[in-house]
Amino acid sequence: MITQVSSSLYQQLINSYDGLISPSVTFEQRRKDAFEQFKSMGFPSAKAEEWRYTNIQPLLNDTYQIGAHLPGRAVNLDAAEIEGLDAYRIVLVNGVYRKDLSDSVEETGVFISSFSEAADSDILKKHFAEHADKSDNPFVSLNTALANDGFFVNVIGGNVVQKPIHIVHVAAADSQTFIQARNLIVLGKSAEAEIVETFINEQESAKVFANTVTEIVVDENAKLEHYYLQQSGSVSNYNNHTEIIQAKYSVYNNYNCTFPGVSFVRNTINVRLIDADVESHLYGITLLSDRQLVDNHTIVDHLKPNCESYEWYKNILQDDSTAVFNGKIFVRPDAQKTNAFQQNNNLLLNQNATINTKPQLEIFADDVKCSHGCTIGQFDDEAKFYLQARGISEDQAKTLLVHAFAFDVTERFKNEVLKQHVNHLVELGLKHA
Amino acid sequence: MLNINNLQASIEDKQILKGLNLQVNPGEVHAIMGPNGSGKGTLASVLAGRPEYEVTAGEVTFDGKDLLELAPEERAAEGLFLAFQYPVEIPGVSNINFLKTAISEIRKYRELPQLNAKEFLNLVKEKQALVEFDAKLTNRSLNEGFSGGEKKRNEIFQLAMLQPKLAILDETDSGLDIDALKIVANGVNQLRSPDNAFVLITHYQRLLEYIVPDFVHVLYNGKIVRSGTKELALELEEKGYDWIKENVSA
Repeated sequence: MITQVSSSLYQQLINSYDGLISPSVTFEQRRKDAFEQFKSMGFPSAKAEEWRYTNIQPLLNDTYQIGAHLPGRAVNLDAAEIEGLDAYRIVLVNGVYRKDLSDSVEETGVFISSFSEAADSDILKKHFAEHADKSDNPFVSLNTALANDGFFVNVIGGNVVQKPIHIVHVAAADSQTFIQARNLIVLGKSAEAEIVETFINEQESAKVFANTVTEIVVDENAKLEHYYLQQSGSVSNYNNHTEIIQAKYSVYNNYNCTFPGVSFVRNTINVRLIDADVESHLYGITLLSDRQLVDNHTIVDHLKPNCESYEWYKNILQDDSTAVFNGKIFVRPDAQKTNAFQQNNNLLLNQNATINTKPQLEIFADDVKCSHGCTIGQFDDEAKFYLQARGISEDQAKTLLVHAFAFDVTERFKNEVLKQHVNHLVELGLKHA
Repeated sequence: MLNINNLQASIEDKQILKGLNLQVNPGEVHAIMGPNGSGKGTLASVLAGRPEYEVTAGEVTFDGKDLLELAPEERAAEGLFLAFQYPVEIPGVSNINFLKTAISEIRKYRELPQLNAKEFLNLVKEKQALVEFDAKLTNRSLNEGFSGGEKKRNEIFQLAMLQPKLAILDETDSGLDIDALKIVANGVNQLRSPDNAFVLITHYQRLLEYIVPDFVHVLYNGKIVRSGTKELALELEEKGYDWIKENVSA
């Protein structure tokens, strides 16, 4: 149970709910129920266990306009450019699907649209608010209640999307804005897709607090490669919830990257392995600077036998930045022969940088293989001197060593172009004395 | 080329070098021998610019420049090379990328045009063959999982790639079996020229059978207490370091 907090944002939402519902999305009853749930739970307080190291109160005590659809607004997408990536580009402004800025996809069995366009889809009806809302997260309930017209990716069974789908989330606000972005990805049986989500903001945007929920269903034998590239600037604050449901023989790979800029990020990534013989990989690269606070909270929930999960998060912290890693693995009683691996490594490059890391394993089955590990360290001076002794400048040596630190994770990136892109962003994000 | 005058250095307030003098000219090979704890490793570290060491007195010039004023990478770019006694393993940095970066930075410092990919690869191939370095190791992470011998050979490969004016080999022979020692020595002999110089820091005379020095110096208690030609090494081998210690204290 989460203690109710009377933040000014909470009061504002309670008082004005009826006028806030986005008219373009249906599911009236589900939304109302969700709002009641939010109302009773309230926002999490600093005492809530899952928020212990991530103080969200300053964000909740601010005042916002709720949502800002900005139809027709032209936006500059340069910051989301990925050199060499041939992809379908889908654009959302403040969580709202912008057909006028997005590529249309003309592949058999591949449907990419806004929620409102797909309002009659049985698949949308079947899955919307059926997964993430079970996680008892007040932000999810609030999002369900107020959901914007986000993206819906629907790949019908047996189809393989020919190009990556690049989803660009742009935040743009004339005054402080609280956004509810809601998305759904469904891959039918044996379908395959690669989805890259980039987060940016307009240069002159006012402060934005985005509450994003993405539900993902990966059906039998389907395969999803999913990249998060958080490249927003300091006006941006994100609370992202991703709920993944995996059926038999499916594979889900998540690559979660955050770079200097964005002030606040809380990523909650829950992977539910609801059937046998599932494979999930969660990788993370977090490079921070200044006073950034980035919290990666993951749950890998093994419910059935013979599944394999592999999680590796690396944090590189500069200046006064703070990172939180909370990795929870459940192995439920039925989940015999589970193979679960988790690793979190942290490189602190400044004495004022902070990492709070908490690996948690809850194992209720007896024939499983689980391991977890965590390290916190700083630059290896001996290695740095070795590089310098070969003529490599101190800055360049640090860059090489940070790449080397990140390497275990970046080498797992399946898409070579994105691997290069992330390596480049790491280089750009490193500060030199 | 290298002039060391009254060099005194300490680590953690403990004085190790106590007034060391040495002159090295182009084309020469010097061997510095001495018992454990005499300051051999400190000399190598101070010349390469290892930050833990503090120079308390004396001066070192390298081709007329004040070496002690330069950062480690500037010393390397000026043409000084230290083959490490314990080469560092750096997982995630490939050997080849490391060399590419080093050569690029050194050429930038010297205001030379950069090598293109083909020129660089040709150089790699040529030097690999010269020092008999396994091509497979070139693409691996820097020294990661290398055997002791492979690490030392990698140092010689780097030496060949960077073509320094002065190379200091810090106990490169330690931990090598006789075959590896021959390969390392052969590499060094291939690289000797009238324009460059070598300082071999070693505990044993064995290396000097394969790399014949022009001069042999004995370092004891932070100073060079005796200098001579290669015959001095043989005499040391026969009589042991106690002979030197007795002579010095007498």
